[in-house]
Amino acid sequence: MTDIYLGADRATDAEAAAVDAALRARGVDPVVRPETERLYTSGTARRRERRHFLLPALHALQNEAGWISPGGINYVAEVLDVPPAEAFGVATFYDLFRTESPDHDGDTFHVCVDAACQIAGYDDLAASVRAAGGHVHLGPCLGQCERAPALFVQGSGGRPDYVPADDEPFELPQAGEESLRLLRRIGVADPESLESYLAHGGYEALGRAGEMGAEAVMAAVADSGLSGRGGAAFPTGVKWRAVAAETGRPKHVVANCDESEPGTFKDRIVMEQDPFAVIETMTIAGLATGAANGWIYIRGEYPLATGRLQGAIDAARAAGLLGEDAAGTGHDFDIAIWRGAGAYICGEETALFNSLEGFRGEPRNKPPFPTTHGLFGEPTAINNPETLLNVLDIVTEGPDAYRSRGTERSPGTKLLCLSGKVGRPGLYEVPFGTTLGDLLELAGGVAGNGELQAVLMGGAAGSFVGPDSLGLPLTLEDTRAAGTTLGSGVVMAFDTSDDMTDVVVRIAEFFRNESCGQCVPCRVGAVRQHETLVQMQRRGSLSPARRTLIDEMAEVMVDASICGLGHTAASAVRSALDLGLIASAPSR
Amino acid sequence: MTDTTITETAVTITIDGQPVEVAEGSTIHAACVEAGIDTPTLCWAENLTPVNVCRVCVVELEGSRALVPSCSRPAEEGMVVQTDTPRVRHSRRMVLEFLGSGVDLSQADDLHHWMKAYGADPDRYGDEDHPVERVEEPVKVQDELYIRDYSKCVLCYKCVEACGDDAQHTFAIAVAGRGFDARISTEFDVTLPDSACVYCGNCVGVCPTGALQFKTEYDLREVGEWRPEDQTVTRTVCSYCGVGCNLDLHVQDERIVKVTSPSDHSVTSGHLCIKGRFGWQYVHGE
Repeated sequence: MTDIYLGADRATDAEAAAVDAALRARGVDPVVRPETERLYTSGTARRRERRHFLLPALHALQNEAGWISPGGINYVAEVLDVPPAEAFGVATFYDLFRTESPDHDGDTFHVCVDAACQIAGYDDLAASVRAAGGHVHLGPCLGQCERAPALFVQGSGGRPDYVPADDEPFELPQAGEESLRLLRRIGVADPESLESYLAHGGYEALGRAGEMGAEAVMAAVADSGLSGRGGAAFPTGVKWRAVAAETGRPKHVVANCDESEPGTFKDRIVMEQDPFAVIETMTIAGLATGAANGWIYIRGEYPLATGRLQGAIDAARAAGLLGEDAAGTGHDFDIAIWRGAGAYICGEETALFNSLEGFRGEPRNKPPFPTTHGLFGEPTAINNPETLLNVLDIVTEGPDAYRSRGTERSPGTKLLCLSGKVGRPGLYEVPFGTTLGDLLELAGGVAGNGELQAVLMGGAAGSFVGPDSLGLPLTLEDTRAAGTTLGSGVVMAFDTSDDMTDVVVRIAEFFRNESCGQCVPCRVGAVRQHETLVQMQRRGSLSPARRTLIDEMAEVMVDASICGLGHTAASAVRSALDLGLIASAPSR
Repeated sequence: MTDTTITETAVTITIDGQPVEVAEGSTIHAACVEAGIDTPTLCWAENLTPVNVCRVCVVELEGSRALVPSCSRPAEEGMVVQTDTPRVRHSRRMVLEFLGSGVDLSQADDLHHWMKAYGADPDRYGDEDHPVERVEEPVKVQDELYIRDYSKCVLCYKCVEACGDDAQHTFAIAVAGRGFDARISTEFDVTLPDSACVYCGNCVGVCPTGALQFKTEYDLREVGEWRPEDQTVTRTVCSYCGVGCNLDLHVQDERIVKVTSPSDHSVTSGHLCIKGRFGWQYVHGE
């Protein structure tokens, strides 16, 4: 009896070599284990041992052959002890993986079609790539909204992935300004040099944290009022304390670097320009929570950030700042990088765990929460890079000084991703409480025709506000009271020449495409919502019955979906209808 | 294992104003059953691990912003649950409506009375000029044992669970693709004989919509001769080996048309092997 049934297809030598290399790079000997051994290390133990290498192995196949072939799947299945049907199910979950033989040999040019790139004219970019003979794939937000329209080139035949715009010199609009906290090293320190990071205050916070001890670090984080910057705004101190309280099982710190919310690029810039800071704060999180295992799950479309983070990890490890007794703190901590493969949903924390573990990126039902049942079902502190970066100041200057910026209920500063029709799109850092109007002024005011039509706050999962909201203070409490959200920090401006119906229909299509398909309200609701809006667009009007239907669909998505994707899939659509940005009455 | 001498701790929750006591670790759904409150379920089955994906069993839980799936949420002391509020009724109605708008529920008999009870109207989406997207796929008939008609599939994951961790540990099928395009599939959609499938038929046994069907049933339906009202069910013990699996023989016109096993049977939990499930031809001298 064999435990895994494989069909007749066999991998090519090149495919097998690519998988072997990817596994060896992660310390896995890519030998097929004898059946006797496979049988006595069966079930959960076996799955635990190797399953999480599935995603790196699939990346290797895709990169080598330009697709994931039946023979390739069989090879991976045999080496990693994963049933081929499940490996196929995982491969077909991701946009960056193809399971049909490509009709071209070259690289794939991914062109973003989401809002910022939509109004910047992605079709011209796509046409020019096609004219040059490139194979274009139109897809969701690539996290480069400040330089829209965006392009990401997925390598084939072993060629690396790259982003052409990364060749341009990086400029931070506020570079060198004294008010910067989270961004203060960007454009100042060399992101590829540990020496440079150390010369600009790097690793002072970890040293301080080592002196303070875990409990004092967590107390400082709790007292600072820091909350998660990914959109949910959960108190970081509460999360860390819950993980620290768990004993007897391995624990994990995960950096959620799967930034995929349309309009969001803050973590990309932080990771590209200040990678050591991400590594250092993860180490502090490990020290505070008692976790020894650090994981970076980064979206696949961020090759520069991935390379810089890996460089930072290697340099830190060589300097004794990671690994056994990291930085002399007496605490063991190390970090591994896992790349996503094109799935918005994997930014949802439990979907991220499943994806990293080698399963389909489908969210888990909560409770139980990640603090007790996270990665591999073990206690996990998961934070995004922006949230983590705040910890440096909190530890070095103390919570009181940290709270001197921002407002009472939203302490600190916030990274905001300015895109669309603004004079100087880019990443900005302002104290919480800055008004929307002041922020737009800071970014060079309304561009295009100069007449603001609307601002998308918080991305596709956020909502639109109108020009009458320029006085809105950007805090968690004020945006919530105004019925909108800061979300992941998206501030995308539209002028009166922009066709908001096009924008909103595309947002609905985004959710239709990105729903994982697990739960009925979101799987079907996102499709029906998009269909209803397409119908509206073609007719030029939305009947009262259809408007009611949109609300009824929204209600079940909010009430009964498993995760935040379904909960927010109707948010921007409804706000656009409420503001009259898109056809809202038959007369229109 | 319910037959235990270890004392179970009980928890008390309130459902629709009525206190209900259940053993710790029981789900809200189990408490609803205890209280005699009928709850629609689709992806839940007593012999499978809850996956809570269909969301038709959702209830309102005091203190929870969203509704919660009763099939998987453990009952905790002091919980206050409502099962018949406007929000609950709305979500259940919409879930049923969404399903009906996208797949063929004509053989999902268990859902019909719920659709009526909640007033689900799957036809109100789209119009003549704008037809809605539906799952429409040709029926896969690849052998003489069972067929797969994914235009009837609601993606409840039951077959995947039964093929995998919950019963057979064969892992011949998984969910592939994403969103509305997600389908139950073998690797690269190879035929069942080319896959790991061992034809235990446990996927057929748990399918709630007729997407997976005995070939005998499918053939009879095709010619309009499937008549459940004329069928008898006879319980017997499988004659092939010594395990002692209970079989329910479904007989129409003095011929066995399908075989199931009671899901509460201590030996099978409703699951069988290829011999018990499909090996009845000798009875008819074939």
